Amino acid sequence: MPADAVAPDALRFSAISKIFGGVKAVDDVSFTVGTGEVHCLAGENGCGKSTLIKIITGVYQPEPGAAMEIFGQAYAQISPTQARKAGIAVIWQDLALFAEMTVAENIAFETILGNRPRAVSYARLRRVAAAALARLDVDLDLDARLGTLPIAQRQIVAIARALVSDARLIFMDEPTASLTESETDALLSVVRNLSARGVAVVFVSHRLAEVLEISSRVTVLRDGKLVGVFPTEGLTHSRLTELMTGTVISHDVMARDTGGRPEVLRIEGLTRAGEFEDISLTLRAGEVVGLTGLIGAGRTELCHSLFGMTRADRGRITLNGQDLQLRSNRDAVAAGIAYVSEDRLALGLIQPQSIADNTVLSVLRQISGAGGLLSSRKKDATVSHWIKKLAVKIGTPADAVSTLSGGNQQRIVLAKWLATRPKVLLLDCPTVGVDVGARAGIFRIVRQLAEQGLAILLVSDEVPEVFLNADRVLHMAGGRIAHEWDPRRTGLPEMEAAVYA
Amino acid sequence: MTGLYRRLFVASGPEVPGLLGFLVLVLVVFGVFAPNFLTGANFGSIAFQLPELGLLTLAMLMPIISGGFNLAIIYTANMAGLTLAFVLKQYGGIDAGYGPFILGTVLAIGVGALSGAVMGAVIAYVGAHPILVSLAMMIFLRGLGEFLTKGGDISGFPAWMATLGHGTVLGIPVPLILFLICAVLWHILLTHTRHGFSVRMIGSNIRAAAYSGLNTRRTLILIYTLSGVMCAIAGILMLSRFNSVRVGHGEALLLVTVLACFLGGVDPFGGFGRVLPVVIALIVLQVLSSGLNLLGANQHLSTAVWGLFLVGVMILRWGAGWISERRRRGS
Repeated sequence: MPADAVAPDALRFSAISKIFGGVKAVDDVSFTVGTGEVHCLAGENGCGKSTLIKIITGVYQPEPGAAMEIFGQAYAQISPTQARKAGIAVIWQDLALFAEMTVAENIAFETILGNRPRAVSYARLRRVAAAALARLDVDLDLDARLGTLPIAQRQIVAIARALVSDARLIFMDEPTASLTESETDALLSVVRNLSARGVAVVFVSHRLAEVLEISSRVTVLRDGKLVGVFPTEGLTHSRLTELMTGTVISHDVMARDTGGRPEVLRIEGLTRAGEFEDISLTLRAGEVVGLTGLIGAGRTELCHSLFGMTRADRGRITLNGQDLQLRSNRDAVAAGIAYVSEDRLALGLIQPQSIADNTVLSVLRQISGAGGLLSSRKKDATVSHWIKKLAVKIGTPADAVSTLSGGNQQRIVLAKWLATRPKVLLLDCPTVGVDVGARAGIFRIVRQLAEQGLAILLVSDEVPEVFLNADRVLHMAGGRIAHEWDPRRTGLPEMEAAVYA
Repeated sequence: MTGLYRRLFVASGPEVPGLLGFLVLVLVVFGVFAPNFLTGANFGSIAFQLPELGLLTLAMLMPIISGGFNLAIIYTANMAGLTLAFVLKQYGGIDAGYGPFILGTVLAIGVGALSGAVMGAVIAYVGAHPILVSLAMMIFLRGLGEFLTKGGDISGFPAWMATLGHGTVLGIPVPLILFLICAVLWHILLTHTRHGFSVRMIGSNIRAAAYSGLNTRRTLILIYTLSGVMCAIAGILMLSRFNSVRVGHGEALLLVTVLACFLGGVDPFGGFGRVLPVVIALIVLQVLSSGLNLLGANQHLSTAVWGLFLVGVMILRWGAGWISERRRRGS
């Protein structure tokens, strides 16, 4: 169509900077999105992605000298209201929806704001909501309470809400972070649909696979600066990681032959009804065994039983040849089993408390001195030992652990458990919410721990992670172990095909 | 800041300087306007009044730091007082000697500990909310106490017991000495023991604490048991001060203890709180009420001022947080 040829870009921002307390959070960045384009804004946490979005949506004002144009119209200053009126919408990771209200109410509630008289027409709400869902080509129950829907469908509701307010440029913040593979595919098809109707979509993500799959261009930020704008065609996963982190990350298979080493943990026929069935596996000293599978395959449940949080119905656990009866996780810790939870925010760390307290939480007896009182000298020594050993970047040990980045928080979790001198380390999705660059750091630590003789069970729903970092890979499906692979013999595509089948 | 001041500031927590400022302000204002305020007699009376409220506040403090609550403190205290009273009555009333007093005290503390342990066990094993559990215990103890006393007072204790409630050692009131010993013990318990550490961790996130291998059930039971013991000590003190026991003694203090905790910077959501600022907050409250009393104000007015005081402190804290946030962002 000739109209397309002259259509202005959806967004044309240049020379954007933002200084917070003397630090340049965003430094002379340009950012352009074409009409109907699917674009990706990539970069690690703290690279300036969020600040840039907040400037575009009028939450922050950029430093003087910025040039801002939305759908061909230049702005000297943008307020949040102007940004919304210009057709920009952001879907944050937490979605900002009302769990207690229905799908229709969530999608169309903005249409009733400012109504005179102040009455709500539910028929109109439903009509507007149904129309928005129809544009997305999605079928949802308009009367379902939002809280009863899975995350993936709530996301669709958030997108529909953006359409109701006539959005022509939608930012999506980490939209696939909590979606399964098939849900992600469904979301991507909705995005393609939007794009075909001329609505531009900007993905803000550090999950790389889908970024490459769907977007036409990637804008990469690092440390507040623009690294560049790249067409995704021909861009590989590892190249993009390098652009984001500025370092070359090795993608070699780390697997070694560990068959001759002594057995540490042995599980035979472990069963817990409804969670996992007839699981047998061995962990050898210095071995990293990968355990992968879809969410709900029983991986976390198995870890919980190995850590004494739940009791298996049948089967045996032996540690160094001794039968283990775990009545609680304190028994497991005492026996030398440590568990890094997949849910770092709620279970892995006590977020409001200090870095120091979180580090010594598991070894209070070790830091006790005369009369059973806690010794602040021993505590400080333990904390600084582990912070140095694991190279954790912190302000002071008294700061709340919540002030740390995901990667550094995970190091504190590791420190807490390593301080107990475990023999077996259960790592349940240790890189959730950790930047690509910091992930490599976590795996370097895992590798070092294995070298020191620790037996490690590495659980992950990202097959490449276990493929690259484990000596053996177990595939769990429907509560059972379905396959055992050697990464040196079985390729990644074969593993992924089996897991995501 | 000089090094010494900075060290004191860090050791005492951020609340202490502000509260001391408040205390000085209150002392100056009443010193100027209230006759007889800056006299030994006035401070003596403050020193005798503070410990009851103080001990009960300590009993409330530990559950609040653990993210819980103990509504049963007053009735636990009086039930312990009743226990001592029954023993003394059994052994001669006003003629009772030291032996029955010691026996009665041990039993009273046992009753306090038992009431707390039951609450702690229900909270730990059933997972019921501490407010509900302690509400049930409060109503149970009140009913039981009224049944046992037929709603009246029990009095007639040996005269020498007045020393405990009204005596002085080297000019320092005995109740104050008792309170200071308890406060120091509580401080050590909360800051230098594994139990105190666990209390704070449980207060912030009990599930994460359990995942880290803390014995959260044992800690919960111990928290409420110790709270009950502290109630019992308060109950024994109240008995000796009033020379009588009634189930309803000090009912009005229940929420004042909560007020004192929050004035002392204890986090209402659990996880954070220290003894020293709470003690200073208690002193400010007592000084306020005695100053207003000397000015001829009604008792109820001073309660109203306590409430306003809490609102004022909240506003000041909000202001301080806002200023430091602005400073941090450098705009």
